[in-house]
Formats: sequence, C-alpha cells, structure tokens
Amino acid sequence: MSLDQADPAALPAAGPAPRKVGRRGGGAADRRVRGRRGGRWWTPWLFLAPALILSLYFKFIPMVNAVTMSFQEVQPYLGNRWVGTDNYSTVLQSHGFREAVWHTIVLAVGQTFGAMALGFALALLMEGQSRRLGFVRSAAFLPVVVPMAVVAELWRIMYHPTGDGMLNSILGLAGMGPSGFINDPDTSMASIMVTGIWRGAPYDMMIFLAGLTSVDRGLYEAARVDGASRWQRVRHVTVPGLRSVFSILFILAAIRGLRVFTEVFLLTNGGPNGSTEVVMTLIYKLGLEQNRLGVGAAGAVLLFVATLILTVIVQLLRRRESK
Amino acid sequence: MSESTETALGLTESRSIGGRILKAVVYLLVLTMFAGPLLALLVGAFGDIKDPTQLSIVPSGFTLENFDIAFDQGVLKYLLNSFFVVGFGLLLQVSVSVLAGYALARKVFPGMTLAFVAILATLMLPEEILAIPLSVVLADLPVVHFNLIGTLAGMIVPLGAWGFSILVMTEFMKDVPRELEEAARIDGAGDFRIFAQIILPMCKPALGVIGVFGFTMIWDQYLLPLLVATDSSSYTLPLALRTLRIDPAVTPGVVMAASLLALLPSVIVFLFFQRSFVSGLSSGALKG
Repeated sequence: MSLDQADPAALPAAGPAPRKVGRRGGGAADRRVRGRRGGRWWTPWLFLAPALILSLYFKFIPMVNAVTMSFQEVQPYLGNRWVGTDNYSTVLQSHGFREAVWHTIVLAVGQTFGAMALGFALALLMEGQSRRLGFVRSAAFLPVVVPMAVVAELWRIMYHPTGDGMLNSILGLAGMGPSGFINDPDTSMASIMVTGIWRGAPYDMMIFLAGLTSVDRGLYEAARVDGASRWQRVRHVTVPGLRSVFSILFILAAIRGLRVFTEVFLLTNGGPNGSTEVVMTLIYKLGLEQNRLGVGAAGAVLLFVATLILTVIVQLLRRRESK
Repeated sequence: MSESTETALGLTESRSIGGRILKAVVYLLVLTMFAGPLLALLVGAFGDIKDPTQLSIVPSGFTLENFDIAFDQGVLKYLLNSFFVVGFGLLLQVSVSVLAGYALARKVFPGMTLAFVAILATLMLPEEILAIPLSVVLADLPVVHFNLIGTLAGMIVPLGAWGFSILVMTEFMKDVPRELEEAARIDGAGDFRIFAQIILPMCKPALGVIGVFGFTMIWDQYLLPLLVATDSSSYTLPLALRTLRIDPAVTPGVVMAASLLALLPSVIVFLFFQRSFVSGLSSGALKG
C-alpha cells in the first residue's frame, strides 16, 4: 500500500514534468502537448475556479485577516486601530495563555502516544484475515466515525463523578475510586486524554493494519528460522518495517492535537479551575465570547506558526532519513 | 500454516486451545472497550434513564419516550438542518474536487504548480486556526457583501474546497489511461465531454472515497456551525446536544436518544462503504 502518497513532499514532485514545452513551443513535438492541453489556455483555470475561489474566500482571505487583525485593536463600527505588537505581548505575557499552551502540549503528546501505542497493540492483536476478525475490527473502528459531539456527551455521562457513575462502578469493582474524572482538577486532563485515545486508537489501528500488510512475510519466516521470539520478531522486523507509518501518524496526530477544541469545549470547557484550558478554547473565549478579536487573532497566528514549524521540522527529518 | 497468512504476533493463526482462549479474551476485551460505550448509548436511548448513574450496557426496559421528548425539543428540525448541510455540502465538495482534480491531473498549463501549492496550503489552514477571522469574513463576504451568519449556507460553503478530496481525485485521475482521452479528442470531443463522459465514469472508486470521507467530515463539524449559528433555528444536531444537556428538564436518556440520531447516519455510511473507507485510509487518506 502506498502510504507514501500522503507525503506532501512527494506530491509536488509528481507534478508537471513536461513544463519545458512552453506555449510558444512549435514543431512536431508540440502536437502531443497540444493534444494533452486541448482547448484554450483558460480551460484548466475554469475547472480550477470553484476550488480556488472557495479557498480564497474561506482560507486565504481569513488567514490574511488573521495576520492584520493580530496587529490591530478591532473595534466594530469605530474602525480598527493599529497597535503594533501589543496583542502579541498581551498574549505572550498572559499567565492564562502560557498555561493553555502547556495544557495543549501535554494533551497532544499524551493523546498522540497513547493512541499510537494502543493502536499498534490492537493492530498486532487483530492482524489476520478471518471473517470474525473483520467484524471485531469494524466494531472497534466505530468510535472514529462517531461525531465528536456525541463522543463528548456520552463520556460526560460515563464520567459521572459519584460512586455509582458508570466508570466509577467499574473502578469500584477493582477496589479503586470513586474518581471525580472531569470534575476534579487533578484528573480532568487525564480524563480528556482517555476520551481522545478511545477515539484515536482505532484510527491508528487501521493505518497500522494497512502498513502491516506491506511488511515482508519472508522476514518473519527468516526470523523464525533464526530462532527469534515473538517479541524479537515484532521489535526487529515489524517495527522497522512500519517506520514511515509511525512518522506519518505522529505528525498528523501532533498537528491535530495542537488545535484540539471540540472535546475540551464540551467535556470541561477549560475547567475545573482552568485545569484543562487549551489554546483553542482560550482563543474562542477571547475572540468570540469577550470580543477581543485582535488578541484572539494573535493567539491564532501563534498557533499557526507552531503548526507550521512542527510540519517543517518533521518534513526535514523525514527527508534526511530517506536519504 | 501457509506463509501468506503469517502475522507479526502469530496470534491469529494459533490453533491450540490456549491460543483460542487467549484470542477470545482479547477480542471480547477489545469489543467491550470500543463498542461497549456505544452499546450503553443505544441501551440508554431506549431505556428509562432519569439520572446519569443509570447508564449501563444491560437493558432495563424498553421505551420510545426519550425520542418523543427529543422531538418535542426540536430534534427533528436539527436533524433536518444537519441533513441539509451534509447533502449540499457534499454535493459542492465533490463537484469542486472532481473539477479541480481534472485540471491538475490531466492538463499541463502555466501556473499549474502555483495552483497545486495553493491547494496544498489550504491543508495547513483548518477552521480552528481561522475561527475568528472566518467569522468576520462570513458576516460580510468581501466584494459581494453577503452575510452568511445565522444561515445554513454559512456552514456549507467554507467546506466546499477540501484539499484532501482534491488531492485524492488528482492522484486517481492521473492513472486513467491516456489512450481513451486521445481517441475521444480525435473524434472532436471537447474538455467538458471528455471530463464528464470518459474520466469521471472511471473514477468511481475515488468518488466513493471522497464521498465517504466528505460525509463523515461534514457530519462531524462542530466549530464551524458554532461560529455560524445564531439561534436554535439554525442548529445542527451535534450542536444541539449541548443545549439539550444544559436544559435541566431534559434527562440523560433524551440526550442519548438525540445522540443516537446524531451518530447513526455516519455509522451507517461507514458500514455500507467500509471498503472505500479503508482503502482511503490506507492510500493517502492520511492527510486531513
């Protein structure tokens, strides 16, 4: 399976190779190119117009606005006032924002590694072709397609903080608890993480399963002949064979983790006591509830820069690795 | 034991009694962990649940009262809003993607790399990062000066150009053989005929992939509807769940009933188009 198709760096390379034949290019060689190009010069742009116009309106203009707003005090009806880097210093110096950044990183790291570890374990346990196995895999995958809003409402009820709440009764059977879960500042972050892992692990499992089919079976055989144990097979054959899958999953989950919003908004909305406030819930509160659009925009630009840096670093590492 | 079924752990091909018991325990555990909470939701939606502590995977009675109350609370209206958004949203998204994919995959033209990079760049700009300026833009679209706040259209059009769908379409259209297209061109067919009658019919697998992914992506939207909706008349069902929960007169059973309605469409779509879903996941669907 070509998991590498997802590599953004690989995509532009698959782009137009025969560009050197320009519009003015004449002669016999041009006939084939014109055949490919067909029609007038603007035909391709006509096909691209809907995508480009929608992207312009809902991606690029908002992005430019975010940058300009981040240097302004936004005042509806009064006109915006340039304030230089004031918004950025407000954001960066606020204790709340730094806390939120820390929470976001903790949550992103915890969810990413938790979901990958569990997903990998599930994939190893459920690799195979029997029909029964296919059923178990489909059932395990269901959380991925359940809307996040439903996941959050369901887990809110499961996390009921009294001893007879659903998860607390299970903890009780094991002689633990009751836990306050999302209502207790000490456990709220871990609870959100568990919910995120519950929804993320089956997704990772499917990707790992796809990756596992491309691991060379002959190597398993060879490892067996050499007397390798199960654990050694996994460690020295499977894991190296899945290296690119690990790195793709890691970057996707990390980037998604940085912009986490819905589950936090619905489970705790940053509480109790700000113990789960993440960057996006803070931006939402600043920008859309308190109407401090400039400050909120500055936070969003910082979030974008963080995502961009993370992407670039991982791309560079992967490129070096593949050399 | 044939070589082709060999797996990393060798658990699934184990035939010994110990192996079978271990397998059964593992599968049961996995099912309980991942499907268990959803089963509890199903049981809760049809059960007489007045208090969160009554949630359980063991049914205790059967009633449709939760749905009755949910419909009284306007859940049907929210469900229709959700269907409206996903229906038109998907139609727009798929149309935009096949058109753009055709140009990027089958044409060579100046500025092509730029267009391609622009599409890739949108993947770096998700709704979350753009939330604040997006709500400003939606309130007053540049040049045309429409206000989309409070309308379902405001939840649809921003999702029209999805980089993931466009890339999947582009990759797939690249692999359609040239010969068919050349033959049609010699017969005098123009670009639109070639697109509609030759390329598009050959892209059914890819259409399945972007259809399924688009559906679940739009159905799962939360922040965008939250930015756009101003009052309950424009709520989608996922958005309405929170309002229902906050209402002290609404029992958890009713919230579960509404939640069930909110998850059924995407679960059904997944179960019916599982093959497209899995093939999309394993071949470049990783972006998103």
